[in-house]
Amino acid sequence: MSAASFSTSAPPIRVLVAKPGLDGHDRGAKVIARALRDAGMEVIYTGLRQTPEQVVNAALQEDVEFIGLSILSGAHAAIIPRVMKLLEQKEMDDVQVILGGIIPDEDIDAMERLGVAAVFQPGTPLESIITFIRENRRQRDIA
Amino acid sequence: MSTALKSPSTPSETVKPDRSRTLSGTPVEKVYTRDRLSGFDPSADLGDPGGFPFTRGIHADMYRGRPWTMRQFSGFAAPEETNRRYRYLLEHGQTGLSVAFDLPTLMGYDADDPLASGEVGKCGVAISSLADMEELFRDIPLAEVTTSMTITSSAAILWAMYLVVAEKQGADWARLSGTIQNDILKEYMAQKEYIYPPRPSMRLVVDTLEFGSGNTPKFNPISISGYHIREAGATALQELVFTLGAGVEYVKWAVERGLQIDRFAPRLSFFFDVHSDFFEEIAKFRAARKIWARLMRDRFGAKNERSWKLRFHAQTAGVSLTAQQPRVNLARTAIQALAAVLGGAQSLHTNSLDEAYALPTEEAALLALRTQQVLACETGVIEAVDPFGGSYFLERLTLDLETGFFEQLEKIEAMGGMVTAVENGYPQAEIARSSYEFQKSIEEGRRRIVGVNAYIEEEHEPIPTLSIDHTVAEKQSAKLARLRSERDNAAVTRALDNLGRAAEGDTNLMFPILDAVRAYATLGEMCDVLRGVFGAYSEQSAV
Repeated sequence: MSAASFSTSAPPIRVLVAKPGLDGHDRGAKVIARALRDAGMEVIYTGLRQTPEQVVNAALQEDVEFIGLSILSGAHAAIIPRVMKLLEQKEMDDVQVILGGIIPDEDIDAMERLGVAAVFQPGTPLESIITFIRENRRQRDIA
Repeated sequence: MSTALKSPSTPSETVKPDRSRTLSGTPVEKVYTRDRLSGFDPSADLGDPGGFPFTRGIHADMYRGRPWTMRQFSGFAAPEETNRRYRYLLEHGQTGLSVAFDLPTLMGYDADDPLASGEVGKCGVAISSLADMEELFRDIPLAEVTTSMTITSSAAILWAMYLVVAEKQGADWARLSGTIQNDILKEYMAQKEYIYPPRPSMRLVVDTLEFGSGNTPKFNPISISGYHIREAGATALQELVFTLGAGVEYVKWAVERGLQIDRFAPRLSFFFDVHSDFFEEIAKFRAARKIWARLMRDRFGAKNERSWKLRFHAQTAGVSLTAQQPRVNLARTAIQALAAVLGGAQSLHTNSLDEAYALPTEEAALLALRTQQVLACETGVIEAVDPFGGSYFLERLTLDLETGFFEQLEKIEAMGGMVTAVENGYPQAEIARSSYEFQKSIEEGRRRIVGVNAYIEEEHEPIPTLSIDHTVAEKQSAKLARLRSERDNAAVTRALDNLGRAAEGDTNLMFPILDAVRAYATLGEMCDVLRGVFGAYSEQSAV
């Protein structure tokens, strides 16, 4: 473990930023990844075209607390249920999923019912996302 | 409760906006006078409209001769649905078609491919074979409309499908007019819908240029695109540098193939973003024309005047649309459209106000088209050519963009040209840096966006949005299953084998692709053959 475990302050929040699906519009994902990093978080960016399996495996390997998914193509209705199901199967219920991109208002409830912690639409200030993550971090058991 | 529309923690009223810079960060002075144009030579820097270097426009009479083409990009769900939308738009006065394809089509996967799951018909229309293309253009005579197709990595194949549909309608290829996007370099830089590595992809582009110069004299086989580069976060100058820089690279490759510059250069077309900084955008279009004319005449030695003229399509900035107070997007789009017209665009797409949420509804799409019609009919902006010509401010901005361009181009040439720069991730990194800077300027309140960090309304009134029929994927898969059982599969196999052999050699791939299309080989089958020969590309993902 790093020196951080000896310090009294909480270790940095680890976040996986991922772009599932075929879409290549990665401006949002990259801007968010940099902003979270600048806010002191440890960010892993998966790059493009990740399947739900690859996203969840990366989240497991990297031991992250949050997964940020960026979807602009309308494929969220197909992708999010698969991601949530895989997280459940792998008993990763301590990992919170946040979703950003082109998500119509009427889909937000459905996304939250599937277990998505928050949905951020275009024009959301970065600060709102950073604040959300900080305020919603859960206490983790240190194994 | 959704957290989607939280207001920023910094109250915008307390932060002083930085008013003295353009959207791209260029300092702007309080007033521009003659002193700021020392060295400016109207005859060399401006010329007359329709004359070298075309700063003032490519036609002497501009919109008096012919108004710009109102070309609304559209496509969604199955080909039948999109065909209905096209006929609706044509009935309401649209003057050209523009096809949006879904992501599986852009990436060369059939609708029944597992990788297409959840994406079929979502961002555009799903086209997997000639049968779908026939459906898409049913009852639309291809000899009489002009069609733009936003397709790049799989462009050669989709173009071949279009040509075969025309052939079946009895239309002469020589009469067909339209554009395929086909600008592969911007895929690595910005849009990221690439399939193969850069060099075999460049070969495919040159194949289409060569084929076009011999067979489709009125069709633009490429639309060199800054749009996606800008949308990915580039500045206006970077948009010019990476787009015209890519143009230089295509010309170099085509000339190396042995093509006569004046045989293909007149059909090179361009596509730019039109963003919110009114004057900077107008200057960008003027500078683009001037730079291209100089490059083509002075550097490449083109003799045909048509090779010197930069013709472009413009689209308003999707990235500027906000989910907050979405109706305000109508105002943004109208102002951006005005800049495109004052900048001398040949064709224009205006975004719909609901596009921060979904693809546009029919009502929103019509309103966007009506915005252009208001500009053309009611405002008088189509009368005088280049009305800002001679403005101290506009000419200074235009000159600065031109100077900046040539400095940056030199840098790229020193790296070995655009293909090498792209392989090394240079434009990608530059664009990411600019986009983060821009976002920070909004976060810090240095730049104000209505509804986002200024004039915020906490309550948010929903607008109607288009939702795509979830059965599209099943319907398209069923059609594919039927096609695969009914076609002559031995002929398909022969055609695909021929394509593979041609790809391993160096003959023009358009001909074996056309043969495979005629045999109803699917898009996925053809791309799989090419992936087998060329390999599949994936980028180093750096943040």
